Amino acid sequence: MKELSLNILDIAQNSIKAEASLVEIYIDEANAWLTLIIKDNGYGMSEAFLREVCDPFSTTRTTRKVGLGIPLLKLAAEQTGGTLSITSVTAEADKEHCGTTVRATFFEGHLDFTPLGDVVSTVVMLLLGSPDVDFVFRHTTDKGVVELDTRQMREILGDEVPLNDPSVLEWAKESLMDQYNSTR
Amino acid sequence: MKSLKELQEIRDRMKNKVSLREGTNEIRIVVGMATCGIAAGARPVLNAFVEQVNELGLSDTVTVTQTGCIGMCRNEPIVEVFQGDKERVTYVKMTAQKAERVVREHIKGGKPVVEYTIGAMEN
Repeated sequence: MKELSLNILDIAQNSIKAEASLVEIYIDEANAWLTLIIKDNGYGMSEAFLREVCDPFSTTRTTRKVGLGIPLLKLAAEQTGGTLSITSVTAEADKEHCGTTVRATFFEGHLDFTPLGDVVSTVVMLLLGSPDVDFVFRHTTDKGVVELDTRQMREILGDEVPLNDPSVLEWAKESLMDQYNSTR
Repeated sequence: MKSLKELQEIRDRMKNKVSLREGTNEIRIVVGMATCGIAAGARPVLNAFVEQVNELGLSDTVTVTQTGCIGMCRNEPIVEVFQGDKERVTYVKMTAQKAERVVREHIKGGKPVVEYTIGAMEN
């Protein structure tokens, strides 16, 4: 992947596939380290699957026997000296508190650090593809916070206007860009 | 700064708009967005479709959506166009520029861009 934001888009699709109703994406940048957390309340992964999820030859897809989403993110983290960890609670184990949290750290000073890239597009494409899922996005740096919470948007838009309506997507994009411009 | 008040205005505007989505001739543009598609550059392609469809004022009859792995990863980014009873058109190795042309000539103009289709590539 050319940008970390593409890994984020990819990993968030796993959450959506796990029937999550809420996907939270947190990016924290401090002291040259970037921490990425993608947290969902989907049906989770069993301990057995969790053990082999970093192996490219384990996947949930049916068209191929290879799954590269998590291995690619792990590579991106580890090639900078960072780490990747995943915790998960299955719906069978605890219906109220199930979900998966992927946490990856990156040393931004490393030559092999993949730039974050166009994270605004990633968020907008998530809203476009899964208008019924709620997303929280928060990017924190020493200059400020950029955030978007679709629960807040939904409260105003009501049931009539879907989150993937072109004018809503445009609003989300501009809102994020404005925030980025003012924290630069 | 974009305010939540503007979101309220969007809602008020939408309320007065009669839904035209019932049409039988609705076109669906589906972009493959699994790991393979994303790595091959599907995000800017999807972006271009959304923007071009809006720009040409087609968003009432055209839906742009995503799907998972279509199973031909080497040809990603793959885009499929479905329209009523017509045979589906599969575009391969797409780019944002190609997407703009597909919207103009195929989605708006009704003529598939044959040179970008999987059939043209495999011959």
